[in-house]
Amino acid sequence: MLEINGIKKSFGTLEVLRGIDLHVDQGDVVAILGPSGSGKTTLLRCLNFLEASDAGTMVFDGESFQMKGISKKEIRSLRKKTAFVFQNYNLFLNKTAIQNVMEGLVIARKIPKEEAQKTAQRALDKVGLSDRYDYYPYQLSGGQQQRVAIARAIATDPEIIYFDEPTSALDPELTGEVLSVMRQLADEGMTMLVVTHEMSFARNVSSHVIFMEDGVIVEQAVAKEFFAAPKEERTKAFLANFNQ
Amino acid sequence: MMDGRLWSLFADSFWKILLPGLTMTIPLTVIAFSFALIIAVCVALVQFANVKVLKQIARLYIWVFRGTPLLVQLFVVFYGLPNLGILIEPFPAAVLVFSLNEGAYCAETIRAALEAVPTGQLEAGYCAGMTYLQIIRRIILPQAMRTAFPPLSNSLIAMVKDTSLAANITVTEMFMVTQRIVARTYEPLLLYIEVGLIYLLFSTLLTCLQRAGEKRLSSHTKKGDE
Repeated sequence: MLEINGIKKSFGTLEVLRGIDLHVDQGDVVAILGPSGSGKTTLLRCLNFLEASDAGTMVFDGESFQMKGISKKEIRSLRKKTAFVFQNYNLFLNKTAIQNVMEGLVIARKIPKEEAQKTAQRALDKVGLSDRYDYYPYQLSGGQQQRVAIARAIATDPEIIYFDEPTSALDPELTGEVLSVMRQLADEGMTMLVVTHEMSFARNVSSHVIFMEDGVIVEQAVAKEFFAAPKEERTKAFLANFNQ
Repeated sequence: MMDGRLWSLFADSFWKILLPGLTMTIPLTVIAFSFALIIAVCVALVQFANVKVLKQIARLYIWVFRGTPLLVQLFVVFYGLPNLGILIEPFPAAVLVFSLNEGAYCAETIRAALEAVPTGQLEAGYCAGMTYLQIIRRIILPQAMRTAFPPLSNSLIAMVKDTSLAANITVTEMFMVTQRIVARTYEPLLLYIEVGLIYLLFSTLLTCLQRAGEKRLSSHTKKGDE
């Protein structure tokens, strides 16, 4: 469904991504692990063109694109097939929960308002916020805001959702409520690419794991194998920190 | 201290001064400030969005209109432009100059407010599939205008008082009318204080409007709950 080859990205002289290849099939839940500064977030941002890549190709749904020099129109059509969940939620601050979910439907996809409203309500119900439709972001807890963000993502019926450390800004209790929503999505077959520090999520929910360091993929494997029998020394060392 | 003659002069001239306030000062302020806001939003947006050429023109415009005295601008337009065969009536000339002058200041206020909106708002809009213009219009600008509202109200209040400068290009606004009454009655202290009080009245009303406006605009922030 999604295949990328040779993504490179530098910030000035700092090479953040040094040639990343990635393959995601429909229904895969891929967890991207790695220490801070390994390029995980940059990779995800490049995939949705929030950062411009310096090189690389992308095949999305059989259509191929050059990551560098891709047109605005192509970017927008790709973005309409994907969704992105940010570490700090990034809900539209001047919109209520339901307006946040409807915005991408009504404005970007020209779906009639009534239909969009129903879709938005269903999405919010699904993340357990049926009693928070008309709340502004500042009236919601971090966990609730992130669940609105997930509702905003699923409402557009995307082919893949990118999650950028979705629980890193939350305390353990709120982390739990967000992770359980994500687990539910995974069970329903949503294709997800998740940058995370949550080892339990990677271990128990994801189907594949990618371990990154210094802008390259050190190891990628089916989740069970990755945790049971890591091949690379660096991966073993990384996992050892969590098994103490 | 004030004898009967002064009291009746005060009372008589009150309406004489207030009337041009209602027919000149307020319309001049409202019209010019509306144009100023339109100019300011456009000028701020071309800079925020980094539109080539237009951005340079915007900077040049702000540089000129912030860098020269309002009074000089009024004189250039009203007394100077006729040399080029451009004759503008006093009131439209005042509207033109006040709009352009105020627009330059408000543009900077709005640009600062636009830049204060977190970049995550733009990114979230992109990821929702929205175009840049849709995000600006529906997400960024509404949030920026909330931030810009108090300083813009400041500018509006300043402008009400600055309209007294229009007296210099023969606009018969409050201050000019006051000067005429002073010329007849030789009571400058009483009458200039009186016109000052009327400006104060206008400013006070605007301050109340500002409070109400802020309350309305802040439904999406914590302030709205207070």
